[in-house]
Amino acid sequence: MVTSNPFSSMFGRSPFQPLLAHIVKANECADQLLPFFEATLVDDWDKAAELRENVTRLEHDADTLKTELRLNLPNTMFLPVSRSDLLDLISVQDKIANKVRDITGIMLGRKMRVPDELADPMRDYIRTSIACVAQARQALEELKDLLESGFGKNVSDVMQKMIRELHTLEHQADDQQVTIRRQLFSLESQLPPVDVIFLYKIIEWVGELSDRAERVGSRLQILTAR
Amino acid sequence: MLIIAQHGEIFIILACLFGFFMAWGVGANDVANAMGTSVGSKAITIKQAILIAVVFEFLGAWLAGGEVTNTIRKGIIDPELLQDDPQLLVYGMLAALLAAGTWLLVASMRGWPVSTTHSIVGAIVGFAVAGLGPAMVDWGAVGTIAASWVVSPLLAGTIGFVLFKSVHYLIFEDDNPFAAAKRYVPGYVFLVGFIVSMVTLTKGLSHVGLELTFNQSLLLSILLGGVIMGIGWLMQRRIKFEHNAKDHFGYANVERVFGVLMIFTACAMAFAHGSNDVANAVGPLAAVISVVQTGGEIGGSALVPWWVLVLGGGGIVVGLVTYGHKVIATVGTGITELTPSRGFAATLAAATTVVLASGTGLPISTTHTLVGAILGVGLARGMAALNLRVIGTIAMSWLITLPAGAGLAILFFFMFKGMFG
Repeated sequence: MVTSNPFSSMFGRSPFQPLLAHIVKANECADQLLPFFEATLVDDWDKAAELRENVTRLEHDADTLKTELRLNLPNTMFLPVSRSDLLDLISVQDKIANKVRDITGIMLGRKMRVPDELADPMRDYIRTSIACVAQARQALEELKDLLESGFGKNVSDVMQKMIRELHTLEHQADDQQVTIRRQLFSLESQLPPVDVIFLYKIIEWVGELSDRAERVGSRLQILTAR
Repeated sequence: MLIIAQHGEIFIILACLFGFFMAWGVGANDVANAMGTSVGSKAITIKQAILIAVVFEFLGAWLAGGEVTNTIRKGIIDPELLQDDPQLLVYGMLAALLAAGTWLLVASMRGWPVSTTHSIVGAIVGFAVAGLGPAMVDWGAVGTIAASWVVSPLLAGTIGFVLFKSVHYLIFEDDNPFAAAKRYVPGYVFLVGFIVSMVTLTKGLSHVGLELTFNQSLLLSILLGGVIMGIGWLMQRRIKFEHNAKDHFGYANVERVFGVLMIFTACAMAFAHGSNDVANAVGPLAAVISVVQTGGEIGGSALVPWWVLVLGGGGIVVGLVTYGHKVIATVGTGITELTPSRGFAATLAAATTVVLASGTGLPISTTHTLVGAILGVGLARGMAALNLRVIGTIAMSWLITLPAGAGLAILFFFMFKGMFG
C-alpha cells in the first residue's frame, strides 16, 4: 500500500561505502605491481601478461565503483562532508589504478627489462610506492569510524597521524627516485637510447603513483576538516 | 433540534464507525512512521515494536489525548455559533471524518504522501467555509495550527541537533567511549521519562481522577524519571564490552548501550504519537457525541467522554495488528543507515516536540516532526547521507492534502444535509 514513505526515500545510500571499496580495488591493483616487476626481471612474459590482466580487471572494477558513486550522488543529497570534496577524492583515488595500468601496459608492450644494476633499487622504490597506496587505504578506512563517531576528535587524530606517515613515505619515494635517476644516468651510454627514454618514463610514473597516494591523503584531510 | 432527537442514535453510530475507521487508518499507516526509526536502528525487533506501540499508543491516547481532541472538536469551529442549527455541526464532523478517512485510503493506495493531521484539519476547515460560511472558522486558531506545522519540524530538528551534539561531546569524544556511554545513558533515560511524564502530568489527568498541583507534578515526574532510569541502569548493566578487531574505538559497543536507550525512546514516541494523532479520529467523534447527548444544546464545556479516547486508542491498536505491522516491517527494513545513537537523538527530539504539542492542544504531523528531527541529527554531522528531496515531498503533502480533504468534506457535508435535512 505505502510506496512513497518519507523515511524510505529519506535515507540515501551512503557514498562512503563505495568510496572505501574503490580504494581497496586501487590498492589491490597496486599490489600486482611488485610480482609483475619480478616476472619482467626473469623474462617470464606469460606471468607478466597474466598479472597485467589482473590489473586491467581491477582497474575496471574501480571504474565501475567510481561511476556508481557519482550516479548515486544527486545534488539533493545532504552529506556530513562537502559533496565536491568527495567527488574530488574519488577521482584522485581513481588515478592510482590508472597509473598502475599505464606502467604495466608500457612495460609489457615493450617487453621492458630493467638493467640488473637497477633491479634492487627499483624493487625498493616500487615497494615504497605501493606502501604509500596501502597507507592511503588505511587512512581512508578510518573514515568509517570517523562517521560513526560523528567526526570525533579521537578518530580524526588517528587519521591525521596516518596521513603524516603517508607524507614521510612519499618523501622516501622521492629520494629513491633521485638516486635511481642518477644510477640510470651513469648507465645511459651502455643502453639503447629508446630504452633509456622509457626507463625514465617508468621511474617517473612509479613516482607519480606515490604522489597520487599522497594526494588521496591530502584530499581526505580536506574532506574531513571542519 | 428535531433532527437531532430523531436521528441521534444513527449519528452516534455513524460517528463511531467513521471515527474507528479513521483510527484504524492511523494505526495501519502512521504508527509505522513513528516506530520505523526504532526498528530501523535494530534496537528493537518488529514484534517488540508492535507490543510497545499497542501499549503506549493506547496509553498516550487515553492519558494525554484530551487536549488535541478538544482543539479538533471545538477549537477550529466555535460550536456556540451553531446554537440554532446543531445538526449542521454533526453533518460537518461526520463529513470531515469520512472525507479524511477516504482520502487517506485512496492516497495510501496510490502511494501519495499524506498526513492524517493535515487531512482532518483541511476537512474541517473545508466544510466550515463552504457549508457554514468563513465567519464560523476561528482563523486565529487555524493560523496557530498551520504555524505549528512549520514550527514542529524546526523545533524537533533543533532538539535533535542539540541531543546528538551532546552525545558527541559526552560520549564519542571521550577516551573511553564505552565507559562514557554507560555513565551518561542512564541520564538520557531519565530525560525520556521526565519529559513525557512532566508534560502529561502538568497538562492534567483529571479525567482519570488525578488532580495534581504543578509542584506535585514536578515531584512525581522526577520520581517517575528516576524509576525509569533505574530500569535502564539495570538493563544496561548486562551489556559487556565485546572485543572486535575491526572496532578499534569500541563504537559498536557504544551503540549496543544506546540500544537500551532506544527501547525507552520508542515507548516515548509511541506515547507521543498516541496522544496527538488519536485526536484526528476521536475529535470529530467527540463533537458529534456532545451535540447529541445534550439534545442539541451545544455545550462547549462538555467533557470528552473517556470511552471516546479508548475507542480511538482501540482503533489504532486494531489498525496496527491487522495491517500496520506489515508497514512497520517495510519502513523499518528501509531504514538501515540509522544507528541507535542517531535513532535515539532523532526519536527523543520528535517525541518531545509531539508531546509538547499534545500538551498545548496543537494537532501536528508526527511524520513531519520526525523527518525534521532526523535532519537535525544530519546537520550535526550524524548521518552519512540524507536525501533532501523528502522536504519537497512534505511540501507536496501539504499542497495535495489540504484541498483534497476540504473538497471531499464539502461533498460529504452536502450529501448528509440532503439525506437528513
